[in-house]
Amino acid sequence: MLDQQTAEIEVPEAQNPVESLLRMDRMPHIWCPGCGIGTTVNCFARALEQSKLDLDKVAIVSGIGCTGRVAGYLNLDSFHTTHGRAIPFATGLKLANPDLKIVVYSGDGDLFAIGGNHFIHAARRNVDMTVICVNNLIYGMTGGQVAPTTPVTAKGTTYPYGSYDPPFNLPYLADSSGAGYVARWTVYHVRHVTKAIKEAIAHRGFSFVEIISPCPTLYSRRNRLGDGLDQMKFYKENSEIKNGADTKEVGMDFQGKIIVGKFVDRERKTYRQLMNEHLSNVFGEQFTPYEG
Amino acid sequence: MKKVQGTVIIKADSCKGCAFCVEFCPTDALHLSDRYNAKGYRIPELIDEAKCTGCGLCGLYCPDFAIHGFIIKKVA
Ligand SMILES: Cc1ncc(C[n+]2csc(CCOP(=O)(O)OP(=O)(O)O)c2C)c(N)n1
Ligand code: SF4
Ligand code: SF4
Ligand code: SF4
Ligand SMILES: [Mg+2]
Repeated sequence: MLDQQTAEIEVPEAQNPVESLLRMDRMPHIWCPGCGIGTTVNCFARALEQSKLDLDKVAIVSGIGCTGRVAGYLNLDSFHTTHGRAIPFATGLKLANPDLKIVVYSGDGDLFAIGGNHFIHAARRNVDMTVICVNNLIYGMTGGQVAPTTPVTAKGTTYPYGSYDPPFNLPYLADSSGAGYVARWTVYHVRHVTKAIKEAIAHRGFSFVEIISPCPTLYSRRNRLGDGLDQMKFYKENSEIKNGADTKEVGMDFQGKIIVGKFVDRERKTYRQLMNEHLSNVFGEQFTPYEG
Repeated sequence: MKKVQGTVIIKADSCKGCAFCVEFCPTDALHLSDRYNAKGYRIPELIDEAKCTGCGLCGLYCPDFAIHGFIIKKVA
């Protein structure tokens, strides 16, 4: 609490450091009590600050959903695309402006249901961008429908007796599609999330960070898992850190163990490099490599 | 031995009472107080300011950007 003693502090500390990266005129945000999305924004803000990037050269792209709101709350060049189309928009942005750092920040439904095809192809081509997925294992914004990430037996409005759809294991999907950097953490692991985002942003090529996050209003309530804090304690007790784990082995069961860590970190030629090399080989001197 | 003294600033109006800050403060310096904000959420407060190291973890956890901690002075 602010008392006599703290009255001596200088002004910058009186302000929450995340605020410099937020559009404060849009606060308070829409997220429910105990929702993890806001916590991921703190980590993203710290990671960006520590990366010491020129913020005029950072662009953030979201799709639709509760997580999709992030682009609108960050005080960066940002675009809130239609549902599922964050990655194709980001691809165009990167190709036209190769010196921009592009971050796609969206939900599991947006990125892996309607947007799933875009994800695998951007990873396959190694388009230079970072994709951050807040995975709350459900469609939050539209009322709790089962997503391609919902664990078997978990309930959603579209599966009132529990889902029997085998879900995607996102790190495995990213790895096998060609992503050069793949990590998974939960919202409990705030320092690891911050570090992973920093590394993913620094990585040249397609990088992917999955953040398992509580949706107390829909996922937890329908599955009788308590509130946001209960889910956070669950993550703390049931996560196992396995850096370098084989991504095949990190699939998630309903309320089972969560394997977290940095799973993949490798260099591949980026899409633009491949294009420039190939066309230089074909056309020789006639071709001027594309630098933006 | 504690070498620094920290404190927190709480924006009571923004808080939604999730208690992430209280649960994950490494020195247990916070608790949910008996006070409620205008939206009806119970807001946290420092139980014992001497315990706060200004590590800033509460601010990193807070999903509502309602609290942040920082160092105010070095303790000899
Ligand atoms: C073309 C189209 N189809 C469906 C929708 C409805 N819709 C909005 S958000 C959403 C899913 C969001 O889930 P997710 O990406 O996991 O985000 P969350 O809210 O969980 O963060 C859906 C299906 C839409 N907006 N546009
Ligand atoms: S519905 Fe779920 S994901 Fe959306 S803001 Fe609420 S808790 Fe968060
Ligand atoms: S700054 Fe650190 S020690 Fe102080 S209340 Fe926050 S989490 Fe606890
Ligand atoms: S983490 Fe933030 S919203 Fe939650 S109780 Fe603490 S100050 Fe309030
Ligand atoms: Mg979701």
